[in-house]
Amino acid sequence: MNNSKEIRGQRSEISPGSGEAAPHPAERPGLGVHLKAFLALFLRDLEVLTSGLGNRGSGKADSGNSFAGSPGSGIFFKAFLGLFLRDLRVLLREFHVFLARVGMQPLLFLFVFTFILPRMGGANLMATGGGVDFGTILLPGLMAVAIMFSGIASVALPLSQEFGVTREIDDRVMCPLPLWAVALEKVCFSAMQSIIAALLVIPMAYYVPAAPVRVHVANWFLLALVLVLSSLLTGSLGLVIGSTVNPRQIGLVFSILVVPITFLGCVYYPWANLGKSGLVWIQIGVLFNPIVYMSEGLRASVTPGITHMPWWAILLALVFFTAALGRWGLRGFLGRVLS
Amino acid sequence: MIPLIVEIEALTKVYESKLRVVAVDGIDLDLKEGEIFGLLGPNGAGKTTTISIATTRTLPTSGTVRIAGIDVVQHPAHARRHIGVVPQFNTLDRSLTVYENLYFHCRYFGFSHAQAKARALELLGQFLLTERKNVYPAQLSGGLAQRVQIARAIAHRPTVLFLDEPSAGLDPQSRMAMWGTVQELRKEGITVLLTTHYLEEADSLSDRLAILDYGRVLALGSPEKLKATLGAHTIFDLKLKSRDGLEAVAAALKARPDVTGAEVTADGLRVIAAGSDGLLPDIVQASARFGLRDLKITEPSLETVFIQLTGRDLRE
Repeated sequence: MNNSKEIRGQRSEISPGSGEAAPHPAERPGLGVHLKAFLALFLRDLEVLTSGLGNRGSGKADSGNSFAGSPGSGIFFKAFLGLFLRDLRVLLREFHVFLARVGMQPLLFLFVFTFILPRMGGANLMATGGGVDFGTILLPGLMAVAIMFSGIASVALPLSQEFGVTREIDDRVMCPLPLWAVALEKVCFSAMQSIIAALLVIPMAYYVPAAPVRVHVANWFLLALVLVLSSLLTGSLGLVIGSTVNPRQIGLVFSILVVPITFLGCVYYPWANLGKSGLVWIQIGVLFNPIVYMSEGLRASVTPGITHMPWWAILLALVFFTAALGRWGLRGFLGRVLS
Repeated sequence: MIPLIVEIEALTKVYESKLRVVAVDGIDLDLKEGEIFGLLGPNGAGKTTTISIATTRTLPTSGTVRIAGIDVVQHPAHARRHIGVVPQFNTLDRSLTVYENLYFHCRYFGFSHAQAKARALELLGQFLLTERKNVYPAQLSGGLAQRVQIARAIAHRPTVLFLDEPSAGLDPQSRMAMWGTVQELRKEGITVLLTTHYLEEADSLSDRLAILDYGRVLALGSPEKLKATLGAHTIFDLKLKSRDGLEAVAAALKARPDVTGAEVTADGLRVIAAGSDGLLPDIVQASARFGLRDLKITEPSLETVFIQLTGRDLRE
């Protein structure tokens, strides 16, 4: 892998005039502005999309006329939006498949561990002390797992295919957008799916378990922050996997990476309990696992009654892992589309 | 003066791995607006690398490429608005229908919903794909998929269209159809740069062509000019009933300045000439008394030019 080449590629993608000399300028300049503008455009065009993307309706006939063909950075937002709309179209067409994909695992988990097992009599082996029901422990963990699986399924699997087999990515890479923005769109779209997947777990946890799950959101802002950061984190992880793993070995990723980080991701137990059980070495070892902070962050947000890590540590770690994986993933992505 | 659409200057690309490979070794090319330009060369000659650099997918080691005046290394995202690409492989979006492939391609290039819809429908009509608008790419034949790829590549009205080995993997019929499609693009005023290792393709499609080998331009010009200046020949093959005394005729023909060779063959006579003007009646007349049964004329071909330049056959 040739670093100098990649950096040259990234730098060249910046719009003229932003002469930053930071080592990775391509990831930063104007990102907030891009996102804001993109959101505004997205909301406006969503209406057009849903009113019949295929053939009907020409209500907003001339919206955006001024962009087509005219120079300037407006084209960047439009291109980004186009990519997002494309992904949305594909997702909506098979939305039931998406629901089944993200919903099946948490549903069965809740069903078996919080509905069947408690009825089999005897003490729930997985219940922790303090009279807290297992369902309450499980809910944030399952949300974290849903986010992670969704991130990997919506970025890593398709990207790996598109790079290695079908080369479909070529057309999207050729749109008038800096390459980093093409990768960012993938991550953002995946994040949206992850958030939906995570929120789906909440009604399940409300209806399925035999004993009521104690959900209490004290701080909605923090919940939103954790959801968004976690979703971006797993999207970035998906980008890393998708751009580095050969499509033939993608199945292996699940057994040697996804399953271990899930089981060791404080999904089924609070992090603090590891220490209480005398398993300090595990408690320290899992700190390298980003899923831990997702589980703990969600635990702190939706079931604050259960002991969790301090807020500052959770947010710091989520930001750190998102930035690190994002940077790694972007490098991999650029390495694959630019030679 | 016709403006230059593609300007390639002193372009080099060296791959530094275990084996140092010089894929492109100092190429200079200028494409004028509206012309169809062919890059002809064997596999590994540097055609695809040149196209990759021009289409912002590969960074050059040195040299510059400007598309419509925009440097592709400095401003790749802007340059891409002027570029349409038909890659060697089918890269159609398999999750989208034919219509949606065109529609979303337009959206990527900043078209509004209505504009993209109108353009996609227009292209479906133009490329005779309307009946297949709701079909997924996996259900298309190679020729049809290629047609959709060309339609998609020009959907955003690029200034220049790059076709990388457009007839690779196509059956002869689809190839002819594809040639027709490319010729039609002339009407739209799109400049076309195509790579090929089929001589017939380069010959019949391009206004000008460059013969490439080992990353260098060996010859540049219109197919006719290349054939004329590089000594390609017309070959006349005659089938005759009798061959008695034919040697004398061959010797007489050979004496003409425009004939470079004349020999008696198993079937009759073969005459190789630099030009064919006025030669045909004389040959027919001279061979009439031997009972002319058949006459085959092979026009000057790039194949001889190519072999002469590179010392090797194009078909590997």
